[in-house]
Amino acid sequence: MHRIWAIIERDLRRFRRSPVLVVVSIIMPLVQLLVLGYAFGGKIKNLHVGVVDQDHGMPAIKLKEMFQAVGANARTFDFTDYHDQAVALHDLRNGKINGLLNIPPEFSRKVLAGANPHIALVEDNSDQFSSSALEGAFTGILAPYNGPLVPPRMTANATLSVVEIYPYVPYIQYLLPGTIVLAIFVSAMIGGGIIFIDDKARGLHEGYLVTPIRKFELILGFTLSGAAKAIIAGVVLITVGSLIAGIPDPFNPLRMARMFLLVIVTALALISMMFLIMVRINDPLVPRAIFGMLNTVLYFPSGAVYPPESFPGWMKAIAIVDPFTYAVHGFKELVLKNTGLMAITGDLAFLTIFTLIAMGAATLLFRRTL
Amino acid sequence: MAAIEVENLTKRFGDFCAVDSLNFAVEPGEVFGLLGPNGAGKSTLIRMMTTLVPPTSGTARVNGFDIVRAANDVRQSIGVIPQAMTSDLDLTAQENMSIFAKLYGIPREKRLNTIRQLLKDVDLEKWADKPVKMFSGGMRRRLEIARGLVHEPKIFFLDEPTTGLDPVSRVAVWEMLSRLKRERDLTILITTHYMDEADKLCDRIAIVDHGKLVALDSPLKLKASIPGINVLEVSFASVPPAWTEKLSALPEVAEVKSEDNIFRISSQNGPKTTIALLEAARDAGVPVTSLSVQSTTLDDVFVHYTGHQMRDALQAPSAANSPFLMQRR
Repeated sequence: MHRIWAIIERDLRRFRRSPVLVVVSIIMPLVQLLVLGYAFGGKIKNLHVGVVDQDHGMPAIKLKEMFQAVGANARTFDFTDYHDQAVALHDLRNGKINGLLNIPPEFSRKVLAGANPHIALVEDNSDQFSSSALEGAFTGILAPYNGPLVPPRMTANATLSVVEIYPYVPYIQYLLPGTIVLAIFVSAMIGGGIIFIDDKARGLHEGYLVTPIRKFELILGFTLSGAAKAIIAGVVLITVGSLIAGIPDPFNPLRMARMFLLVIVTALALISMMFLIMVRINDPLVPRAIFGMLNTVLYFPSGAVYPPESFPGWMKAIAIVDPFTYAVHGFKELVLKNTGLMAITGDLAFLTIFTLIAMGAATLLFRRTL
Repeated sequence: MAAIEVENLTKRFGDFCAVDSLNFAVEPGEVFGLLGPNGAGKSTLIRMMTTLVPPTSGTARVNGFDIVRAANDVRQSIGVIPQAMTSDLDLTAQENMSIFAKLYGIPREKRLNTIRQLLKDVDLEKWADKPVKMFSGGMRRRLEIARGLVHEPKIFFLDEPTTGLDPVSRVAVWEMLSRLKRERDLTILITTHYMDEADKLCDRIAIVDHGKLVALDSPLKLKASIPGINVLEVSFASVPPAWTEKLSALPEVAEVKSEDNIFRISSQNGPKTTIALLEAARDAGVPVTSLSVQSTTLDDVFVHYTGHQMRDALQAPSAANSPFLMQRR
């Protein structure tokens, strides 16, 4: 036991002299949280839509007025009238407008005859987010336009009423759980198994390998000291991150306690995973080279930035074994829904079993000789 | 019981045989030198004896413990100063010592006393609380020597302890080792490629080359074992035919070796041979371009036994001088 403490003491004393590690592992995820949080997820506004009215009938004018009213109100889009469809298409291709609404000739006649009238939305679909915002807005407006002037006494249409059980979650809050896990991961990368590789590169390991320390004592020492550093990063993120993202009642003590537990379990899982990956590597350039890849492969499939339900099969397969997935899910429950521990029992269990397997494998693969 | 017994110890890395069936024994209280050029297998040998590298075949017992079967007992009884500097730059001298004392499980009270005493012994008392990154190479080496003794080992292994140190620091390390050995009743096994170091420090010297033991005796006896008591190193502007035979026939000459235009002549009587050599050169019309006469040194012993000069040895890369790659040797 005293040998494990000696390894932990050595690492933490070194860390205290140069705490750059924690600063780096905290700053990077916080910057990402801020930039990604504000870059995505905001409501799309001020799209430019051109209108070519080839009909000029009353129903067409009524339709245009409805669109204009909605556009002016929500500021989702504004209208420019075109007389020549060719000019409008030219402007669409040149990016002056984001979409083109075409009201064809005979539109009014077909409306009045009930003969399946059509209008066309020609859109610049190179930007999916803008085009789906336009589609959504236009489809929304058409429904009341199609509605009968006098409501029937009996309606056969079922309608969907949406009840939101949690307060509105802005994207920056949606991003926070992933960011907390990312901070723990960054600190696991630069404060975990890589320390042993750097020791090997500098020959420092010969110093302690000639002492009577045992394999598992060395691994446990490195894991615990690495986890301590990752926990510091995690704790800063659950507090500062909650403030930045504007989580309601950010310092709720019960939630903080649950989050702290999840930070510890996550830190141990990620540190032991990094130790396992690094256990046979001697060249200190290798971990630095694979960090970017690891980050991408683990962070994005976890559901930290986008719901995993949209992923292709191979990515879902990664998500199933990725400890990030469970950590992110756990933090989402705690941060966004303020649930109890029951809701994250599965996550805690997976991360704990993952830790045990990774550490066991690392101990088997670890070479105590040069 | 011998402090260290080595029996047919062999280490192969693939086709390369780094240590080839070595046999020797080190007596308690002895300072035993392993002498050889870089790449001769010294470090591999010391790493096997200190349990860092498993042997391919053969065995060794250190303090009576088998290096494979009782590795942890070996580790408990030895102090090791690896070739690379292994002290932590970010920690202070005191912290470096303290962490190692804890790795050996030394209780707190004893730990503090031992560390204080050892830092005093290596003249680093007043630097105890300074980070090691402020230390010179010599100070760092002295700290590592103190650290290696923190658990009061019986046997002390030092792998090229003075490589890379300036001459003053080297002498300081030698003096310290002699003193520590006297005071602490240590058995020391030291590898070096400095002849003067081996000559000054060691009771016995084993010369190792290409993984094989080529000579083993005290420095005095080794020097006496080779022919001649003086060595003439001489070079000529040109070399006439049968010149080596001519030189061998000079009075008191024991042996002549040549490499390019440089001749090394071992002689029982340096002055007499020198005069005869100069006369012979004048008679043959061969101008002498340089000439030196020295007493036999371990260098000559080394050349005699290995057939090449120490300084000709290729520098093998090592963990100590390559910051990024661990080189297996």
